[in-house]
Amino acid sequence: MKFTWFNLMPWPYLPDDFREKNRSVWVDIDQKLFDPVKSHEVYNTYLDLLEYAAEIGFDAIGCNEHHQNGYGIMPSPNIIAAALSRRTKDVGLVVLGNSIALYNPPVRVAEEFAMLDCISGGRLIAGFPVGTSMDTNFCYGQIPALTREKYQEAHDLIIKAWTTREPFAFNGRYNKLRHVNIWPRPIQQPHPPIHIPGGGSVETYDFCIDNTYSYSYLSFSGYIRAKALMDGYWKRVAERGAPDASPYRAGFAQTICVADTDAEAEKLYKEHVDYFYNRCLHVYPGFADAPGYRTIKTIQTGALSQYAPPVGGYSTLTWKDLTEQGHVIAGSPETVRQRLEELAKTLNVGNLFCLMHVGNMPKEKCMYSTKLFAEKVMPKLRNVFPEYKDDDRFWCHPISQVKAGNLPSEKKALEIVGAAR
Amino acid sequence: MSLELKTVQTHYAPVRYIEGGSGAPLVFLHGAGGAAANDPFLTKLAEKYHVYAPLLPGYGDSEECGEIRDMLDFTLHTWDVVEALGLRNPILVGHSMGGMIAAEMAAIAPHDVTRLGLICPAGLWLDDHPIPDLFATMPFEMPKLLFHDVEAGTQLLTAGLTLSDPKFLQTYLVNNARQLGMAGKILFPIPERGLSQRLYRIKAKTILVWGDSDRLIPPVYAHGFKKGIAGSELVSIPEAGHMVTLEKTDQVIQALGRLG
Repeated sequence: MKFTWFNLMPWPYLPDDFREKNRSVWVDIDQKLFDPVKSHEVYNTYLDLLEYAAEIGFDAIGCNEHHQNGYGIMPSPNIIAAALSRRTKDVGLVVLGNSIALYNPPVRVAEEFAMLDCISGGRLIAGFPVGTSMDTNFCYGQIPALTREKYQEAHDLIIKAWTTREPFAFNGRYNKLRHVNIWPRPIQQPHPPIHIPGGGSVETYDFCIDNTYSYSYLSFSGYIRAKALMDGYWKRVAERGAPDASPYRAGFAQTICVADTDAEAEKLYKEHVDYFYNRCLHVYPGFADAPGYRTIKTIQTGALSQYAPPVGGYSTLTWKDLTEQGHVIAGSPETVRQRLEELAKTLNVGNLFCLMHVGNMPKEKCMYSTKLFAEKVMPKLRNVFPEYKDDDRFWCHPISQVKAGNLPSEKKALEIVGAAR
Repeated sequence: MSLELKTVQTHYAPVRYIEGGSGAPLVFLHGAGGAAANDPFLTKLAEKYHVYAPLLPGYGDSEECGEIRDMLDFTLHTWDVVEALGLRNPILVGHSMGGMIAAEMAAIAPHDVTRLGLICPAGLWLDDHPIPDLFATMPFEMPKLLFHDVEAGTQLLTAGLTLSDPKFLQTYLVNNARQLGMAGKILFPIPERGLSQRLYRIKAKTILVWGDSDRLIPPVYAHGFKKGIAGSELVSIPEAGHMVTLEKTDQVIQALGRLG
């Protein structure tokens, strides 16, 4: 398996009465709740934690894109990824992703991802989400019924920009560009691996299968509820005649908390899990799904927005409910190992996005949980899929890395200049 | 007067339309909520006019049409419908989103429309009077935006609905996605596509009808239309909201009568 340490970057200072006093954590969240001065420490702590995860052996570190959102203060994932690319070495950079329909023109994504791939030495794993309806429609004003057509065109343009070796004209419906000729272009050939976050659209299944992209289900409701959706995906993989059902064709996001014992996990992490499920996921239902955003076919298959909370809401779910129903995998290293193995095997998922920073979790607890996971869980799950251990189609291919900060000493520089002049 | 649901072929899609009544031909363009053959306003209208009420693709049981994307597409498509129905210079009436389309039609082909009825039309935007976001509005919040008498409006909207039944809910969501998905192409995220700079082209005799307690498109919007369309007349109707056609049916029909 491939393990990506993922941080959604939640704002950790939502008040106790957030639910009662606010209608939504997203789109129209109260400006007064954000404190730019406090955010200086929040951002830097979150970046430190991502770098820490890289140091202790995760395969990749990950960031994503949300707008006007109290649980994700990353409207620009490329800024986070750029910071990470300089301070890390060898680790994969999963940018999940750029909501490509929102960039005007989308060659901007081709360029910025190329820059990230070049600066990081081929460590980029590129994500192309359609974006949630909150982000894409309500915050960024894209017309719901035209979003997918625009997304598709943006995808075609980016791939063509990455793979064409001479200037070309692109006469799209949404993009008219006479001279496309991105400079720089990515190190990875023909282009960085692509992961597509999806929420159950049949069209997205086919898109991934046909292009050999990894399908990522980024859910907060855990692996047990994800079974039906992922079964649908694998069924489609077979129907569509894909040459294999490699687990690396799929990714899954899972909230994970590790402690010495199950009891200790509850004691340490319960309040932060509560914070996430009860404050961070408090989305006004009117923003969950703009009419036209989801295709008719998708609605008919019963795939409704995951932001529609479970009946009764998350607040009625206890720690026991959340862990037993798999929203959260928490406990001793052995408990977590067992449940993740079950996840990997029941969903046939090779790319695991580990949500190890939860809600308002302080850095110390996050480090503790992360370290236990890296040392006591990860090694035992590495070979869950031995028959696919050489499948590198969905992962990055770094070149030999140049270390950041490798200037010579000033003295050495003077000597060299001296010799030259 | 009973109305019938029929189909007419146009260039891009077969179009479903409601037809009935006798009198001068009148084309009625529905709002974002759509129209049905048992619509009480259309039924009453058909006592006086020969009514044609085409459904936009995706509305009711009609086929969707991906080729219609922007305001010009909507405008020309609706002219295609008028042509396909074999009508020349019918009285053109539109409610809300339909009013926006009707105004665009009259602006783009000013010599083909001589009588225009705009019932609380969409199409303008005033920063000081933002129109509520219809697309982020929950069904239970709709009545207070749409009706003067919220309680009666709620009953009208929810009569016969069983929201607790998952099958019904799915049908509801599919209809909503089809209809509002289509409407969103010209109404999302702001129901304005440059009409204000084209209003001057309208040559038709124009009647504007507005409910005094319209909370979706407040009556202040009437002034922009009145100012933009030379010689237009405004009929304000008290104790009526955005669904003035249902709340004060007779008064709306009487107002349209001034078109002659």
